[in-house]
Amino acid sequence: MANDTKRFVYADNAATTPVAPEVIKEMQPYFEECWGNPSSIYRKGLEAKRAINGARERIANILGCTAKEIFFTSCGSESDNWAIKGAVALSKKKHIITTKIEHPAVLQTVAKLEKQGYRVTRLDVDNYGVVRLDQLEAALDEDTALVAIMAANNEIGTLQPIAEAAKLAHRVGALMFTDAVQAMGALPLRVDELGVDLLSFSGHKLNAPKGIGGLYVRRGVRIDRFVDGGGQESGRRGGTENVPYIMGLAKAMELAQEKMADNARLITLRDRLVRELTKIPYSHLNGHPTERLPGNVNITFQYIEGEGMLLLLDQAGICVSTGSACSSASLEPSHVLVACGVPIEDAHGSLRISLGHQNTEEDVDYIIQTLPGIVQRLRDMSPIYPGNEF
Amino acid sequence: MDYSEKVLDHFTNPRNVGEIPDADGVGTVGNPKCGDIMKMFLKIEDGVIVDCKFKTFGCGAAIATSSMATELIKGKTIEEALQLTNKAVVEALDGLPAVKIHCSVLAEEAVKSAVADYYKRNNIPFDAKLLECTEEGCCHLAAHGEH
Repeated sequence: MANDTKRFVYADNAATTPVAPEVIKEMQPYFEECWGNPSSIYRKGLEAKRAINGARERIANILGCTAKEIFFTSCGSESDNWAIKGAVALSKKKHIITTKIEHPAVLQTVAKLEKQGYRVTRLDVDNYGVVRLDQLEAALDEDTALVAIMAANNEIGTLQPIAEAAKLAHRVGALMFTDAVQAMGALPLRVDELGVDLLSFSGHKLNAPKGIGGLYVRRGVRIDRFVDGGGQESGRRGGTENVPYIMGLAKAMELAQEKMADNARLITLRDRLVRELTKIPYSHLNGHPTERLPGNVNITFQYIEGEGMLLLLDQAGICVSTGSACSSASLEPSHVLVACGVPIEDAHGSLRISLGHQNTEEDVDYIIQTLPGIVQRLRDMSPIYPGNEF
Repeated sequence: MDYSEKVLDHFTNPRNVGEIPDADGVGTVGNPKCGDIMKMFLKIEDGVIVDCKFKTFGCGAAIATSSMATELIKGKTIEEALQLTNKAVVEALDGLPAVKIHCSVLAEEAVKSAVADYYKRNNIPFDAKLLECTEEGCCHLAAHGEH
Protein backbone atom coordinates (compact mmCIF):
# COMPACT_ATOMS: atom_id res chain seq x y z
CA MET A 1 0.00 0.00 0.00
CA ALA A 2 1.14 3.52 -0.78
CA ASN A 3 2.50 5.06 2.37
CA ASP A 4 4.33 8.33 1.78
CA THR A 5 4.20 9.41 5.36
CA LYS A 6 7.38 9.25 7.37
CA ARG A 7 5.57 8.96 10.67
CA PHE A 8 4.81 5.51 12.00
CA VAL A 9 2.85 5.16 15.21
CA TYR A 10 2.23 1.66 16.48
CA ALA A 11 -0.67 1.92 18.93
CA ASP A 12 -2.00 -1.65 18.85
CA ASN A 13 0.00 -3.04 21.75
CA ALA A 14 -2.95 -5.11 22.95
CA ALA A 15 -2.63 -7.07 19.69
CA THR A 16 1.08 -7.70 20.00
CA THR A 17 4.31 -5.92 20.89
CA PRO A 18 7.77 -5.82 19.38
CA VAL A 19 10.38 -8.05 21.00
CA ALA A 20 12.57 -5.94 23.27
CA PRO A 21 16.29 -5.81 22.35
CA GLU A 22 17.15 -6.98 25.89
CA VAL A 23 14.90 -10.00 25.35
CA ILE A 24 16.59 -10.86 22.05
CA LYS A 25 19.94 -10.57 23.80
CA GLU A 26 18.74 -12.85 26.58
CA MET A 27 17.58 -15.48 24.07
CA GLN A 28 20.59 -15.40 21.74
CA PRO A 29 22.88 -17.79 23.67
CA TYR A 30 20.10 -20.38 23.83
CA PHE A 31 20.04 -20.61 20.04
CA GLU A 32 23.77 -20.54 19.53
CA GLU A 33 25.43 -22.15 22.52
CA CYS A 34 23.04 -23.56 25.09
CA TRP A 35 20.91 -25.49 22.61
CA GLY A 36 20.82 -28.82 24.39
CA ASN A 37 17.64 -30.72 25.20
CA PRO A 38 16.72 -30.06 28.85
CA SER A 39 15.75 -33.73 29.19
CA SER A 40 19.27 -34.96 28.28
CA ILE A 41 21.36 -35.90 31.25
CA TYR A 42 24.77 -34.86 29.93
CA ARG A 43 26.08 -31.39 30.65
CA LYS A 44 24.78 -29.86 27.41
CA GLY A 45 21.29 -30.87 28.43
CA LEU A 46 21.70 -29.98 32.07
CA GLU A 47 22.72 -26.42 31.30
CA ALA A 48 19.49 -25.97 29.33
CA LYS A 49 17.46 -27.52 32.17
CA ARG A 50 19.11 -25.26 34.70
CA ALA A 51 18.39 -22.27 32.47
CA ILE A 52 14.66 -22.93 32.21
CA ASN A 53 14.38 -23.70 35.89
CA GLY A 54 16.09 -20.39 36.54
CA ALA A 55 13.53 -18.70 34.30
CA ARG A 56 10.75 -20.45 36.19
CA GLU A 57 12.18 -19.12 39.44
CA ARG A 58 12.39 -15.57 38.09
CA ILE A 59 8.77 -15.66 36.91
CA ALA A 60 7.66 -17.19 40.21
CA ASN A 61 9.32 -14.31 42.07
CA ILE A 62 7.33 -11.83 40.02
CA LEU A 63 4.03 -13.59 40.64
CA GLY A 64 4.76 -14.36 44.28
CA CYS A 65 4.61 -18.13 43.95
CA THR A 66 7.04 -21.05 43.77
CA ALA A 67 8.80 -22.23 40.62
CA LYS A 68 6.93 -25.53 40.74
CA GLU A 69 3.68 -23.66 40.23
CA ILE A 70 4.77 -22.18 36.87
CA PHE A 71 4.24 -24.14 33.63
CA PHE A 72 5.33 -23.09 30.16
CA THR A 73 3.02 -23.36 27.15
CA SER A 74 3.07 -22.22 23.53
CA CYS A 75 0.71 -19.24 23.91
CA GLY A 76 -2.01 -17.60 25.94
CA SER A 77 -4.74 -19.50 24.14
CA GLU A 78 -3.13 -22.82 25.04
CA SER A 79 -2.87 -21.72 28.66
CA ASP A 80 -6.57 -20.79 28.67
CA ASN A 81 -7.54 -24.11 27.08
CA TRP A 82 -5.42 -26.07 29.50
CA ALA A 83 -6.57 -24.24 32.62
CA ILE A 84 -10.23 -24.82 31.84
CA LYS A 85 -10.19 -28.27 30.28
CA GLY A 86 -7.53 -29.50 32.68
CA ALA A 87 -9.36 -28.30 35.77
CA VAL A 88 -12.82 -29.63 34.92
CA ALA A 89 -11.46 -32.97 33.67
CA LEU A 90 -10.33 -33.91 37.16
CA SER A 91 -13.39 -32.51 38.92
CA LYS A 92 -16.62 -34.34 39.59
CA LYS A 93 -18.51 -31.07 39.38
CA LYS A 94 -20.22 -30.15 36.14
CA HIS A 95 -20.84 -26.41 36.29
CA ILE A 96 -18.60 -23.69 34.83
CA ILE A 97 -19.05 -19.96 35.33
CA THR A 98 -17.48 -17.42 33.00
CA THR A 99 -18.38 -14.00 31.57
CA LYS A 100 -19.71 -12.71 28.28
CA ILE A 101 -16.57 -10.66 27.60
CA GLU A 102 -13.86 -13.31 27.75
CA HIS A 103 -11.33 -13.89 24.99
CA PRO A 104 -12.44 -16.45 22.37
CA ALA A 105 -9.85 -18.90 23.77
CA VAL A 106 -11.99 -19.05 26.91
CA LEU A 107 -15.41 -18.66 25.30
CA GLN A 108 -14.82 -21.34 22.69
CA THR A 109 -13.32 -23.74 25.22
CA VAL A 110 -16.30 -23.33 27.51
CA ALA A 111 -18.74 -23.67 24.60
CA LYS A 112 -17.11 -26.97 23.67
CA LEU A 113 -17.43 -28.25 27.22
CA GLU A 114 -21.05 -27.14 27.23
CA LYS A 115 -21.67 -29.35 24.19
CA GLN A 116 -20.09 -32.20 26.11
CA GLY A 117 -22.65 -31.79 28.87
CA TYR A 118 -21.25 -29.22 31.26
CA ARG A 119 -23.63 -26.59 32.59
CA VAL A 120 -22.38 -23.09 31.81
CA THR A 121 -23.28 -19.70 33.27
CA ARG A 122 -22.09 -16.63 31.38
CA LEU A 123 -22.13 -13.59 33.63
CA ASP A 124 -23.24 -10.21 32.37
CA VAL A 125 -21.14 -7.10 32.74
CA ASP A 126 -22.31 -3.59 33.57
CA ASN A 127 -22.08 -0.74 31.05
CA TYR A 128 -18.43 -0.22 31.95
CA GLY A 129 -17.65 -3.86 31.29
CA VAL A 130 -17.23 -4.82 34.95
CA VAL A 131 -18.47 -8.31 35.76
CA ARG A 132 -21.59 -8.52 37.92
CA LEU A 133 -20.45 -10.07 41.20
CA ASP A 134 -24.06 -10.31 42.39
CA GLN A 135 -24.72 -12.62 39.46
CA LEU A 136 -21.60 -14.62 40.29
CA GLU A 137 -22.73 -15.05 43.86
CA ALA A 138 -26.17 -16.19 42.71
CA ALA A 139 -24.77 -18.58 40.11
CA LEU A 140 -22.28 -20.37 42.35
CA ASP A 141 -23.37 -23.67 43.80
CA GLU A 142 -21.90 -26.91 45.12
CA ASP A 143 -21.64 -28.22 41.56
CA THR A 144 -19.48 -25.32 40.31
CA ALA A 145 -16.10 -26.67 39.28
CA LEU A 146 -14.52 -23.51 37.92
CA VAL A 147 -14.97 -19.75 37.68
CA ALA A 148 -13.14 -18.17 34.73
CA ILE A 149 -12.94 -14.37 34.69
CA MET A 150 -10.30 -12.38 32.84
CA ALA A 151 -8.12 -9.98 34.85
CA ALA A 152 -8.42 -7.20 32.25
CA ASN A 153 -10.39 -7.14 29.03
CA ASN A 154 -8.47 -7.10 25.76
CA GLU A 155 -10.83 -4.73 23.94
CA ILE A 156 -11.94 -2.16 26.48
CA GLY A 157 -9.24 -2.70 29.10
CA THR A 158 -11.70 -2.91 31.99
CA LEU A 159 -10.16 -4.38 35.14
CA GLN A 160 -12.16 -7.07 36.89
CA PRO A 161 -12.63 -7.66 40.64
CA ILE A 162 -10.69 -10.93 40.62
CA ALA A 163 -9.87 -11.06 44.35
CA GLU A 164 -13.55 -10.62 45.28
CA ALA A 165 -14.62 -13.19 42.69
CA ALA A 166 -12.03 -15.66 44.00
CA LYS A 167 -13.35 -15.31 47.55
CA LEU A 168 -16.87 -16.05 46.35
CA ALA A 169 -15.71 -19.02 44.26
CA HIS A 170 -13.76 -20.53 47.14
CA ARG A 171 -16.74 -20.27 49.45
CA VAL A 172 -18.35 -23.14 47.51
CA GLY A 173 -15.08 -24.90 46.77
CA ALA A 174 -14.87 -23.87 43.10
CA LEU A 175 -11.52 -23.17 41.47
CA MET A 176 -10.76 -19.61 40.35
CA PHE A 177 -9.05 -19.09 37.00
CA THR A 178 -8.08 -15.73 35.54
CA ASP A 179 -6.92 -15.06 32.01
CA ALA A 180 -4.24 -12.45 32.70
CA VAL A 181 -2.92 -12.24 29.14
CA GLN A 182 -3.68 -8.51 28.90
CA ALA A 183 -3.02 -7.60 32.53
CA MET A 184 0.36 -9.33 32.81
CA GLY A 185 3.15 -6.84 32.43
CA ALA A 186 0.73 -3.92 32.54
CA LEU A 187 -0.11 -4.12 36.23
CA PRO A 188 1.54 -5.79 39.23
CA LEU A 189 -0.03 -9.22 39.71
CA ARG A 190 0.54 -11.35 42.83
CA VAL A 191 -1.28 -14.65 42.90
CA ASP A 192 -1.92 -14.50 46.64
CA GLU A 193 -3.42 -11.04 46.49
CA LEU A 194 -5.63 -12.18 43.62
CA GLY A 195 -6.44 -15.43 45.38
CA VAL A 196 -6.54 -17.33 42.10
CA ASP A 197 -5.85 -21.02 41.57
CA LEU A 198 -4.97 -20.72 37.89
CA LEU A 199 -3.61 -17.76 35.93
CA SER A 200 -2.68 -17.66 32.24
CA PHE A 201 -0.27 -15.29 30.52
CA SER A 202 1.40 -14.78 27.17
CA GLY A 203 4.80 -13.56 26.04
CA HIS A 204 4.10 -11.47 22.99
CA LYS A 205 1.88 -8.97 24.81
CA LEU A 206 4.86 -7.91 26.91
CA ASN A 207 7.77 -7.69 24.47
CA ALA A 208 8.66 -11.39 24.44
CA PRO A 209 8.23 -13.35 21.19
CA LYS A 210 5.04 -14.92 19.89
CA GLY A 211 4.86 -18.65 20.62
CA ILE A 212 5.46 -18.66 24.36
CA GLY A 213 2.97 -18.55 27.21
CA GLY A 214 2.61 -19.66 30.78
CA LEU A 215 0.18 -21.00 33.30
CA TYR A 216 0.30 -20.64 37.06
CA VAL A 217 -1.23 -23.61 38.87
CA ARG A 218 -1.54 -23.25 42.63
CA ARG A 219 0.10 -26.04 44.60
CA GLY A 220 -2.45 -28.73 45.40
CA VAL A 221 -4.70 -27.82 42.48
CA ARG A 222 -5.08 -30.83 40.23
CA ILE A 223 -5.31 -30.28 36.50
CA ASP A 224 -5.17 -32.92 33.82
CA ARG A 225 -2.12 -33.35 31.61
CA PHE A 226 -2.57 -31.29 28.46
CA VAL A 227 -0.04 -32.82 26.07
CA ASP A 228 0.76 -36.50 26.46
CA GLY A 229 4.44 -37.04 25.97
CA GLY A 230 7.84 -37.28 27.50
CA GLY A 231 7.24 -36.02 31.01
CA GLN A 232 8.25 -32.40 30.55
CA GLU A 233 6.73 -29.70 32.79
CA SER A 234 6.46 -32.10 35.73
CA GLY A 235 4.70 -34.59 33.47
CA ARG A 236 1.79 -32.23 32.83
CA ARG A 237 2.70 -30.95 29.38
CA GLY A 238 4.82 -33.04 27.08
CA GLY A 239 7.00 -31.54 24.37
CA THR A 240 10.59 -30.39 24.38
CA GLU A 241 10.78 -27.04 26.12
CA ASN A 242 11.23 -23.91 24.01
CA VAL A 243 14.36 -22.92 25.89
CA PRO A 244 15.22 -19.61 24.16
CA TYR A 245 11.65 -18.33 24.34
CA ILE A 246 11.30 -19.37 27.97
CA MET A 247 14.43 -17.33 28.73
CA GLY A 248 13.00 -14.44 26.72
CA LEU A 249 9.71 -14.62 28.61
CA ALA A 250 11.45 -14.42 31.98
CA LYS A 251 13.49 -11.42 30.84
CA ALA A 252 10.45 -9.69 29.35
CA MET A 253 8.46 -10.15 32.55
CA GLU A 254 11.30 -8.63 34.58
CA LEU A 255 11.53 -5.70 32.19
CA ALA A 256 7.77 -5.23 32.41
CA GLN A 257 8.02 -4.89 36.19
CA GLU A 258 10.56 -2.09 35.73
CA LYS A 259 8.44 -0.39 33.08
CA MET A 260 5.48 -0.19 35.43
CA ALA A 261 7.24 2.85 36.93
CA ASP A 262 6.22 4.51 33.64
CA ASN A 263 2.53 3.68 34.07
CA ALA A 264 1.64 7.14 35.36
CA ARG A 265 2.92 8.65 32.10
CA LEU A 266 0.97 6.09 30.09
CA ILE A 267 -2.22 6.87 32.01
CA THR A 268 -1.71 10.59 31.34
CA LEU A 269 -1.34 9.89 27.61
CA ARG A 270 -4.37 7.59 27.66
CA ASP A 271 -6.55 10.14 29.42
CA ARG A 272 -5.42 12.87 27.06
CA LEU A 273 -6.43 10.74 24.06
CA VAL A 274 -9.82 10.10 25.63
CA ARG A 275 -10.34 13.78 26.46
CA GLU A 276 -9.33 15.06 23.03
CA LEU A 277 -10.90 12.37 20.84
CA THR A 278 -14.27 12.44 22.61
CA LYS A 279 -14.45 16.14 21.67
CA ILE A 280 -15.29 14.84 18.20
CA PRO A 281 -19.10 15.06 17.95
CA TYR A 282 -21.07 11.81 18.31
CA SER A 283 -18.28 9.93 20.05
CA HIS A 284 -18.05 8.22 23.41
CA LEU A 285 -15.63 6.22 25.50
CA ASN A 286 -16.25 2.48 25.82
CA GLY A 287 -15.32 0.80 29.10
CA HIS A 288 -14.58 2.31 32.49
CA PRO A 289 -13.08 5.82 32.74
CA THR A 290 -10.48 4.87 35.37
CA GLU A 291 -10.64 1.12 36.10
CA ARG A 292 -8.92 0.21 32.85
CA LEU A 293 -5.49 -0.84 31.60
CA PRO A 294 -3.01 2.07 31.56
CA GLY A 295 -2.64 2.07 27.76
CA ASN A 296 -6.18 1.21 26.64
CA VAL A 297 -8.45 3.65 24.82
CA ASN A 298 -11.66 2.45 23.17
CA ILE A 299 -13.93 5.03 21.57
CA THR A 300 -17.00 4.75 19.36
CA PHE A 301 -17.39 7.23 16.53
CA GLN A 302 -21.02 7.00 15.47
CA TYR A 303 -22.26 6.83 11.87
CA ILE A 304 -19.05 5.34 10.49
CA GLU A 305 -17.51 1.91 10.37
CA GLY A 306 -14.23 0.90 11.95
CA GLU A 307 -12.47 -0.76 9.03
CA GLY A 308 -12.59 2.44 7.01
CA MET A 309 -10.99 4.31 9.89
CA LEU A 310 -8.32 1.62 10.20
CA LEU A 311 -7.44 1.77 6.49
CA LEU A 312 -7.15 5.56 6.46
CA LEU A 313 -5.18 5.57 9.71
CA ASP A 314 -2.87 2.94 8.23
CA GLN A 315 -2.28 5.19 5.24
CA ALA A 316 -1.29 7.90 7.73
CA GLY A 317 1.11 5.44 9.42
CA ILE A 318 -1.02 4.74 12.50
CA CYS A 319 -1.78 1.15 13.57
CA VAL A 320 -4.84 0.63 15.78
CA SER A 321 -7.71 -1.85 16.01
CA THR A 322 -11.53 -1.93 15.83
CA GLY A 323 -14.47 -3.88 17.21
CA SER A 324 -16.23 -3.63 13.88
CA ALA A 325 -17.58 -6.80 12.34
CA CYS A 326 -16.18 -5.82 8.96
CA SER A 327 -12.63 -6.25 10.14
CA SER A 328 -13.24 -9.72 11.52
CA ALA A 329 -13.57 -12.92 9.59
CA SER A 330 -16.82 -13.76 11.38
CA LEU A 331 -18.53 -10.50 10.33
CA GLU A 332 -19.87 -10.25 13.87
CA PRO A 333 -19.29 -7.07 15.84
CA SER A 334 -17.41 -7.12 19.12
CA HIS A 335 -19.12 -9.40 21.65
CA VAL A 336 -17.48 -7.33 24.37
CA LEU A 337 -19.06 -4.03 23.31
CA VAL A 338 -22.40 -5.73 22.75
CA ALA A 339 -22.21 -7.22 26.29
CA CYS A 340 -21.56 -3.70 27.63
CA GLY A 341 -24.84 -2.57 26.07
CA VAL A 342 -23.25 -0.68 23.19
CA PRO A 343 -25.74 -0.74 20.27
CA ILE A 344 -24.53 -2.99 17.46
CA GLU A 345 -24.36 -0.07 15.02
CA ASP A 346 -22.07 1.76 17.47
CA ALA A 347 -19.88 -1.29 17.95
CA HIS A 348 -19.10 -1.10 14.22
CA GLY A 349 -17.64 2.37 14.72
CA SER A 350 -15.37 1.55 17.64
CA LEU A 351 -11.65 2.12 17.64
CA ARG A 352 -9.16 0.61 20.08
CA ILE A 353 -5.93 2.47 20.65
CA SER A 354 -3.58 0.52 22.93
CA LEU A 355 -0.47 2.40 23.95
CA GLY A 356 2.78 0.79 25.03
CA HIS A 357 5.75 2.20 26.89
CA GLN A 358 7.49 2.99 23.60
CA ASN A 359 4.71 5.44 22.66
CA THR A 360 5.51 9.12 23.11
CA GLU A 361 3.67 12.39 23.63
CA GLU A 362 4.37 13.08 19.92
CA ASP A 363 2.65 9.83 18.93
CA VAL A 364 -0.43 10.90 20.85
CA ASP A 365 -0.29 14.39 19.29
CA TYR A 366 -0.17 12.81 15.86
CA ILE A 367 -3.20 10.60 16.54
CA ILE A 368 -5.13 13.59 17.91
CA GLN A 369 -4.21 15.62 14.81
CA THR A 370 -4.99 12.87 12.31
CA LEU A 371 -8.13 11.13 13.53
CA PRO A 372 -10.74 13.95 13.45
CA GLY A 373 -10.18 14.52 9.71
CA ILE A 374 -10.55 10.81 9.00
CA VAL A 375 -13.76 10.57 11.01
CA GLN A 376 -15.18 13.58 9.18
CA ARG A 377 -14.13 12.23 5.80
CA LEU A 378 -16.00 8.97 6.38
CA ARG A 379 -18.99 10.74 7.88
CA ASP A 380 -19.25 12.93 4.79
CA MET A 381 -19.73 9.71 2.83
CA SER A 382 -22.19 8.19 5.30
CA PRO A 383 -25.92 8.20 4.47
CA ILE A 384 -26.85 7.97 8.16
CA TYR A 385 -24.70 10.86 9.40
CA PRO A 386 -27.02 13.64 10.62
CA GLY A 387 -24.45 16.44 10.23
CA ASN A 388 -22.60 18.38 12.88
CA GLU A 389 -25.50 20.64 13.89
CA PHE A 390 -26.64 20.23 17.47
CA MET B 1 -7.50 -6.66 5.09
CA ASP B 2 -5.77 -7.87 1.96
CA TYR B 3 -7.31 -5.56 -0.63
CA SER B 4 -6.22 -5.09 -4.23
CA GLU B 5 -4.69 -1.78 -5.28
CA LYS B 6 -7.88 -0.98 -7.13
CA VAL B 7 -10.08 -1.53 -4.08
CA LEU B 8 -7.79 0.70 -2.05
CA ASP B 9 -7.87 3.32 -4.79
CA HIS B 10 -11.67 3.35 -4.94
CA PHE B 11 -11.86 3.40 -1.13
CA THR B 12 -9.31 6.19 -0.75
CA ASN B 13 -10.53 8.26 -3.72
CA PRO B 14 -14.13 7.20 -4.18
CA ARG B 15 -15.82 8.32 -7.39
CA ASN B 16 -19.27 9.92 -7.42
CA VAL B 17 -19.70 10.42 -3.69
CA GLY B 18 -22.63 12.60 -2.74
CA GLU B 19 -26.31 13.05 -3.29
CA ILE B 20 -28.46 14.12 -6.24
CA PRO B 21 -31.20 16.35 -4.76
CA ASP B 22 -33.51 15.96 -7.77
CA ALA B 23 -32.69 12.32 -8.41
CA ASP B 24 -35.13 10.29 -10.50
CA GLY B 25 -34.48 7.13 -8.54
CA VAL B 26 -33.04 6.51 -5.08
CA GLY B 27 -32.26 3.11 -3.59
CA THR B 28 -31.16 2.31 -0.05
CA VAL B 29 -30.02 -1.16 0.92
CA GLY B 30 -28.37 -2.66 3.97
CA ASN B 31 -28.78 -2.09 7.65
CA PRO B 32 -26.67 -0.22 10.23
CA LYS B 33 -26.67 -3.27 12.48
CA CYS B 34 -24.95 -5.25 9.74
CA GLY B 35 -22.43 -2.49 9.40
CA ASP B 36 -23.22 -1.37 5.89
CA ILE B 37 -25.80 0.82 4.18
CA MET B 38 -25.61 1.97 0.58
CA LYS B 39 -27.71 4.76 -0.81
CA MET B 40 -27.66 5.16 -4.59
CA PHE B 41 -28.98 8.23 -6.50
CA LEU B 42 -29.76 8.10 -10.24
CA LYS B 43 -30.44 10.94 -12.66
CA ILE B 44 -32.15 9.47 -15.70
CA GLU B 45 -32.82 11.13 -19.07
CA ASP B 46 -34.34 9.27 -22.02
CA GLY B 47 -33.66 5.93 -20.38
CA VAL B 48 -30.00 6.76 -19.84
CA ILE B 49 -28.30 7.17 -16.46
CA VAL B 50 -26.76 10.59 -16.98
CA ASP B 51 -25.60 10.96 -13.40
CA CYS B 52 -25.15 8.64 -10.46
CA LYS B 53 -23.98 9.29 -6.91
CA PHE B 54 -23.74 7.32 -3.70
CA LYS B 55 -23.38 7.56 0.04
CA THR B 56 -22.18 4.53 1.96
CA PHE B 57 -21.80 3.63 5.61
CA GLY B 58 -19.54 0.63 5.67
CA CYS B 59 -16.11 -0.88 5.40
CA GLY B 60 -13.45 -0.24 2.79
CA ALA B 61 -14.94 -2.83 0.44
CA ALA B 62 -18.45 -1.39 0.81
CA ILE B 63 -17.21 2.06 -0.19
CA ALA B 64 -15.04 0.71 -3.03
CA THR B 65 -17.83 -1.45 -4.50
CA SER B 66 -20.26 1.50 -4.34
CA SER B 67 -17.75 3.69 -6.12
CA MET B 68 -17.06 1.06 -8.80
CA ALA B 69 -20.77 0.34 -9.33
CA THR B 70 -21.47 4.02 -10.03
CA GLU B 71 -18.59 4.09 -12.51
CA LEU B 72 -19.93 1.00 -14.27
CA ILE B 73 -23.48 2.28 -14.75
CA LYS B 74 -22.87 5.96 -15.43
CA GLY B 75 -23.79 6.77 -19.06
CA LYS B 76 -25.44 3.38 -19.50
CA THR B 77 -29.08 2.69 -20.29
CA ILE B 78 -31.33 1.42 -17.52
CA GLU B 79 -31.42 -1.97 -19.19
CA GLU B 80 -27.63 -2.11 -19.24
CA ALA B 81 -27.45 -1.04 -15.60
CA LEU B 82 -29.81 -3.84 -14.66
CA GLN B 83 -27.35 -6.27 -16.22
CA LEU B 84 -24.71 -5.25 -13.69
CA THR B 85 -23.77 -8.22 -11.55
CA ASN B 86 -21.85 -8.30 -8.33
CA LYS B 87 -19.29 -10.46 -10.14
CA ALA B 88 -18.69 -7.67 -12.64
CA VAL B 89 -18.06 -5.27 -9.76
CA VAL B 90 -15.65 -7.72 -8.15
CA GLU B 91 -13.80 -8.27 -11.42
CA ALA B 92 -13.55 -4.55 -12.10
CA LEU B 93 -11.94 -4.16 -8.67
CA ASP B 94 -9.42 -6.97 -9.36
CA GLY B 95 -11.07 -9.17 -6.77
CA LEU B 96 -12.31 -8.93 -3.19
CA PRO B 97 -11.46 -11.00 -0.11
CA ALA B 98 -14.01 -13.82 0.31
CA VAL B 99 -15.54 -12.29 3.45
CA LYS B 100 -16.20 -9.08 1.49
CA ILE B 101 -18.10 -10.53 -1.47
CA HIS B 102 -21.37 -9.54 0.22
CA CYS B 103 -20.35 -5.88 -0.26
CA SER B 104 -20.41 -6.35 -4.04
CA VAL B 105 -23.84 -7.97 -3.74
CA LEU B 106 -25.00 -4.93 -1.82
CA ALA B 107 -23.73 -2.66 -4.63
CA GLU B 108 -25.69 -4.64 -7.22
CA GLU B 109 -28.77 -4.46 -5.01
CA ALA B 110 -28.37 -0.71 -4.54
CA VAL B 111 -28.39 -0.12 -8.30
CA LYS B 112 -31.44 -2.33 -8.78
CA SER B 113 -33.25 -0.76 -5.86
CA ALA B 114 -32.66 2.73 -7.32
CA VAL B 115 -33.96 1.60 -10.73
CA ALA B 116 -37.03 0.05 -9.08
CA ASP B 117 -37.67 3.37 -7.37
CA TYR B 118 -37.45 5.12 -10.76
CA TYR B 119 -39.93 2.65 -12.29
CA LYS B 120 -42.35 3.05 -9.41
CA ARG B 121 -42.21 6.86 -9.46
CA ASN B 122 -43.04 6.84 -13.16
CA ASN B 123 -45.61 4.08 -12.99
CA ILE B 124 -43.57 2.03 -15.40
CA PRO B 125 -44.54 -1.61 -15.14
CA PHE B 126 -41.55 -3.89 -14.67
CA ASP B 127 -40.84 -7.52 -14.23
CA ALA B 128 -39.93 -8.00 -10.56
CA LYS B 129 -37.56 -10.76 -11.68
CA LEU B 130 -35.36 -8.13 -13.29
CA LEU B 131 -34.62 -6.79 -9.84
CA GLU B 132 -33.68 -10.09 -8.37
CA CYS B 133 -30.06 -10.44 -7.46
CA THR B 134 -27.79 -12.70 -9.42
CA GLU B 135 -26.12 -14.06 -6.32
CA GLU B 136 -27.79 -16.76 -4.32
CA GLY B 137 -28.68 -15.66 -0.80
CA CYS B 138 -27.83 -12.09 -1.57
CA CYS B 139 -30.77 -10.55 0.18
CA HIS B 140 -28.80 -8.64 2.66
CA LEU B 141 -31.38 -8.08 5.34
CA ALA B 142 -32.54 -11.66 5.27
CA ALA B 143 -29.03 -13.05 5.27
CA HIS B 144 -28.19 -11.04 8.36
CA GLY B 145 -31.51 -11.64 10.03
CA GLU B 146 -29.94 -13.23 13.08
CA HIS B 147 -28.63 -9.87 14.20
